[in-house]
Amino acid sequence: MERLRRYGFVAGFLVVPVALYSVFVISPYIQAFQLSLTSWNGYSSVVRYVGLDNFGRLLEDEVFWRALRNHGLLLLVLPIVTIVIALFLSFLLNLGGGTRGAGMKGVWGSTFYRVVYFFPQVLAVAVVGVLFQAVYRPDEDGVLNGVLGRFGVEPVGWLTEPGLALWSIMAVMVWQAVGFYVVLFSAGMAAIPRDYFEAAALDGAGRVRLFFSITLPLLRDTVQVGWIYLGIAAFDGFALILVLAGDKGEPDGATTILPVTIYKTAFAFNKVGYASAMGVALFFLTVTFAVLTLRTTRRERIEL
Amino acid sequence: MTAFVAGPGAGLLSACATAGGGGDPTAAPATSIAASADPKNPFGVDAKKPLEVVIFSGGYGDAYAKDLHEELYKKAFAGVSIKHTATQQIGTQLRPRFVGGDAPDVLNNSGPEAMDLVALAAEGHLADLAPLFDAPSVDEPGKKVRDTITPAVLDNAKIDGKDLVLNYTVSHRALWYNAKLFESRGWAVPKTWAEFTALGETAKKDGILLFAYPGQKGPYYQLWNVLYTAAKIGGNQVIIDLDNLVDNAWNAEPVKQAVTAWADVQAKYGDKAYFGLDHTQTQIKHLQNEVLFYPVGSWIENEMTKDIPLDFQYAIAPIPDVTAADKMPYGAIQVGVGENFVVAAKGKNPQGGLEYLRIMLSKEGAKGFTEKTKNLTVVNGAAEGVDLPAGLKSAAKAQDAAGENIITDARFEGWYKELFDYGTEQINVVMAGRITPEKFCANMQKKADAIKKDDAVAKQTRSQ
Repeated sequence: MERLRRYGFVAGFLVVPVALYSVFVISPYIQAFQLSLTSWNGYSSVVRYVGLDNFGRLLEDEVFWRALRNHGLLLLVLPIVTIVIALFLSFLLNLGGGTRGAGMKGVWGSTFYRVVYFFPQVLAVAVVGVLFQAVYRPDEDGVLNGVLGRFGVEPVGWLTEPGLALWSIMAVMVWQAVGFYVVLFSAGMAAIPRDYFEAAALDGAGRVRLFFSITLPLLRDTVQVGWIYLGIAAFDGFALILVLAGDKGEPDGATTILPVTIYKTAFAFNKVGYASAMGVALFFLTVTFAVLTLRTTRRERIEL
Repeated sequence: MTAFVAGPGAGLLSACATAGGGGDPTAAPATSIAASADPKNPFGVDAKKPLEVVIFSGGYGDAYAKDLHEELYKKAFAGVSIKHTATQQIGTQLRPRFVGGDAPDVLNNSGPEAMDLVALAAEGHLADLAPLFDAPSVDEPGKKVRDTITPAVLDNAKIDGKDLVLNYTVSHRALWYNAKLFESRGWAVPKTWAEFTALGETAKKDGILLFAYPGQKGPYYQLWNVLYTAAKIGGNQVIIDLDNLVDNAWNAEPVKQAVTAWADVQAKYGDKAYFGLDHTQTQIKHLQNEVLFYPVGSWIENEMTKDIPLDFQYAIAPIPDVTAADKMPYGAIQVGVGENFVVAAKGKNPQGGLEYLRIMLSKEGAKGFTEKTKNLTVVNGAAEGVDLPAGLKSAAKAQDAAGENIITDARFEGWYKELFDYGTEQINVVMAGRITPEKFCANMQKKADAIKKDDAVAKQTRSQ
């Protein structure tokens, strides 16, 4: 009786959110799976089932493979670069000052830096997009090209050169994400008992040694979470790429990504069924990535 | 100017775009509205039935509908109530309403989210406009509406052989330049490709680019430009073949020549920075005399009206002769009808919808539109007495000079959005010199072949 009352209490709180989640998250997913088996154009009242045709088509679709290639690159670069920079900065902020008096300190002014690093995270993606449009503008009126121009460098087409465009956009993604991970890792570092560092410092360990031998191993779980978040972000990038590079994957498909392709296929080309098939593919890609990451990085927890 | 005031190209357009099968008697589906005997109310509109009008609020705004056409409708049917909606998200707002059977009566289908009219037509959502074209005109009850408008409207109205779409505006597309700059430098508008590139050399010395188009948001301006150049070289059949997905149409010699000529101009006299600028940024640079020629339509003047400096005056220049044997003589320009209006067949008040369009096609409705938007309508003679800005006058003069040599519009843009979208992507690639013109044509042909083979895409054909 006591148990029932307790569970009833918990369930009472859960019913509404679970119901909302089912209606607004689960059911669209199920619907997307269903639509991916049809040739629906978004207008007709009759839906024709075509079996797995859409998926067969997907395998022969150049644009789909180009998008996958770009996601692959994002997946390689975005998490690594962001995490390395965020780790470095949060180490400086929390422990970089070395031992002084009672314990470990960050570099001078670290509270100020922490706030500054977090700024980009607060801006809406669309705002970031418009901001960097000005930064990357391809003529001498662009912020970057204006600076380079003073040194006699010809204007660079940051977003119009196929070899540069995706890298330019990745730089923005990293710039925007770093602040969040600095805060996340800082919290993780704060949880590491101070005496570990003090003991190691007394034994003569330098900052590099402190970082690799103590901080990083004890921060493992937090880094893993960051890795998964960033991996999932590498399968997105919709708003930023749409604002910065447009919907045509310009130039030459160098910035083609699945979310933008899905959007275009469904709402510009009216191939809702085919777009749903792409969505289903994207769903499985993301889930596979998350599961693989969790599996391969699983390890015994270190008790602090 | 005089010929123009007499009617925006009525005679001129009729020559190139005769109303091929305009009154096809087979196009009489269930959506047809029976005509009534009363010429004042030919569709038997019930004033008690409210009317809903949805307008795309883009370059033209929506005041022309709200303050003009809807007021005229209310005057005709005392006590009628009109629901007016202005939106930039046509597709997002209206697709579910059409699917759910709650369509507005009149829809201005435009903008980046314009709906696929072919798909809507296939579902029987669009009312047959043949009764509208056959109804008596508001101004002269003895005349049918179809005889008061540019014949190209009737051609462009057709989807699957039925009259379903009303194109309301007329626009002129070619190369736009600053007449005052040319005057002050003593430059003549180039008539041949040799004169064109020679002017490019001269302008280069003054730090002016011969040509630019907005590569970030408006690469289709250049796709149009290349297609019209191809038609100039090989005749309108070149574009008609592209629209009809004729085998190897993209590999035709005129297409290759046109792409080659423009890619060459871009390489020698262009600036690759423009691939990353949007239309507003490019148009501002044009106004600052950093660019001589800009490929666009006559809406440009109204679009930039607030920013035009005193020493700038828009004027239109025909595409120069590319070869010595161009099929269309110098002076040929593209005159097209645009801005789609449709009536929902399954709406609550299709009679009111047709009547609303008939009012739009009255002299008063059309003249008011021109006054409010500084753009011309398809209604003959409706611009009479309207004080037109310089650029529009220049376009009218160019249309006069072009006579019968009117370049047709490429309709695959609306028919096969995927092909058009791919074209706007590829045109940037070829103009940047990353692929050869031959490769561009081959790529486009491959995409066209894929569309032709795709059963999911409903095919359209045209004869004119």
